[in-house]
Amino acid sequence: MMAQLPGLGQFRRDKSAAVIASIVMGIVLAALPFLIGSGLGNSWLRIVDFAMLYIMLALGLNIVVGFAGLLDLGYIAFYAVGAYLYALLASPQFGLHYPVWLIIPAGAALAGFFGALLGAPTLRLRGDYLAIVTLGFGEIVRIFLNNLNAPINITNGPQGISGIDPLHFGGVTLAKPISFLGFTIPSLHAYYYLFLGLALFIVFVTIRLENSRIGRAWVAIREDEIAAKACGINTRNIKLLAFTMGASFGGVAGGLFAGFQGFVSPESFNLMESIMVLCMVVLGGMGNIPGVILGGVMLTILPEIFRHGAGPVQLALFGKILLDPEALRMLLFGLALIVVMLYRPAGLWPSTTRRREFKGESTTDVLKEGE
Amino acid sequence: MSHSLLEARAIGKNFGGVTALRDVSLTIKQGEIYGLIGPNGAGKTTFFNVLTGLYHPDGGEIVFAGETLQASAPHKVAKRGIARTFQNIRLFANMTAMENVMVGRHARTHAGVLGAVLHDRRTVNEEAAIRQRAEELLHYVNIADRADDLARNLSYGDQRRLEIARALATEPKLLALDEPAAGMNGAETGDLRELIEGIRKDGITVLLIEHDVKLVMGLCDRVAVLDYGEKICEDIPSVVQNDPKVIEAYLGGSLA
Repeated sequence: MMAQLPGLGQFRRDKSAAVIASIVMGIVLAALPFLIGSGLGNSWLRIVDFAMLYIMLALGLNIVVGFAGLLDLGYIAFYAVGAYLYALLASPQFGLHYPVWLIIPAGAALAGFFGALLGAPTLRLRGDYLAIVTLGFGEIVRIFLNNLNAPINITNGPQGISGIDPLHFGGVTLAKPISFLGFTIPSLHAYYYLFLGLALFIVFVTIRLENSRIGRAWVAIREDEIAAKACGINTRNIKLLAFTMGASFGGVAGGLFAGFQGFVSPESFNLMESIMVLCMVVLGGMGNIPGVILGGVMLTILPEIFRHGAGPVQLALFGKILLDPEALRMLLFGLALIVVMLYRPAGLWPSTTRRREFKGESTTDVLKEGE
Repeated sequence: MSHSLLEARAIGKNFGGVTALRDVSLTIKQGEIYGLIGPNGAGKTTFFNVLTGLYHPDGGEIVFAGETLQASAPHKVAKRGIARTFQNIRLFANMTAMENVMVGRHARTHAGVLGAVLHDRRTVNEEAAIRQRAEELLHYVNIADRADDLARNLSYGDQRRLEIARALATEPKLLALDEPAAGMNGAETGDLRELIEGIRKDGITVLLIEHDVKLVMGLCDRVAVLDYGEKICEDIPSVVQNDPKVIEAYLGGSLA
């Protein structure tokens, strides 16, 4: 055993390498909005801001799907809960204007509560059956939001809620350029830093959870629920915890989305969005945090590249636009998904475990027999 | 050896019209190795599942360490001090051997979400203790060199050992082994026998379901025989071996 442990020198080297890597990473992340803003323009900066939100969503769903192995097709409902809570508590809809630091945690808590609400009746379900119920749940939330404008108008129905307060802290609003020590930080840049900060916080929480007693219990349930019970794991509570934690990340992202966009409507929370987030998790590398982050970034940016690139490329090749870029975008996107799944079935950046799993290293077949 | 650890009183279990267990009563004493044998379909595993809370018995009660065991809550049974292995090995296949044993510590540790995120001193110490205990147990069952391998990649015999290590991680008073020697060759069975005897020496009572009659007779202090869901015999091995009812159950009735 001792022989396998890395020597102390090795450990120091790894540590200093990690420090250098994180410093470089930090500089890149800090400079990114300026590079993109000046090089590609504000529309791309907006896309990067959205990528941050999707990273949070993907990490939340990863807890449920990747760690605990519970297939959830209605995850976007928690995003909706966070977004609508923000919209209702900080907009002219009810004339309420609560501060952000109160609404975002409240959104996380409410979404977490909804997560438990979804989890409780589905505890005995797995796989396909769970997927169907969660899919239904996601649709129910969306349809509720769509129809809660009568008899009492709460959500303003399909028109959605507009005029939502931008994210602001005290007198400082992120919707306008912020002057700070002689610097001026444009609005989109400020949003970027806020989202980045929260995304990093969520990454941190996820990593800590993964390497804990709780994280191991999640994976144990994914691997074999009966054996997990026999190890003294209260599978009911631990599963509910997975739903709650995952949902609360979605709630945070939802609140930020509402404040960023200034407008929410039920349309933003349809099944396609749930599938999209699930794709981020699966394509990136289920259960592996760097993989899921990569998935979130790729799947936010790829469709946009296709959208922006499809027109000019056709013009260059054929001299005219043959296919509507908007339609072509999803076509190419679907193709990309298929290619990834064919050549990297464990995801773009799988955990070492899953990589081994898919490579099918020599295994005894005992475990496959099951009961 | 006289103090009883587990008392099953008139346990009954039906599946639809099929009676899997009928009024099965048995007593396991502190510190003994107790064998449970019987032909296929006699109800041994059903008894195990009732004992460990996977099934709810239709009748009877189980008293463990002086208190009634609440049925149908396997995780509570594990906390009370009964650990088990499974007939068809049930490991966490895509976790390492080390992680498998660490999961076994779940019942005896407490860190929650806050502790995990904040890494307070108690959580950090607890995590270190979990890791250390898991390492010790892997050494104990003699697979420490496979600690970082995925459970699914272990050899069959090592998987059986790992399952025992994981069960021991829950600090059981009673270790219930469901056919641990199934599919093992002679040498592996010999090692297993040593392992079980060592576990008993460490003060853990063992309940053993096994088909390998030689192993059971050589290892167990007392043996109970189930046939068609009923206990037909319970005694020391030499008596059980010569009991006409047992011989009939295994070899069929006489022609007369």
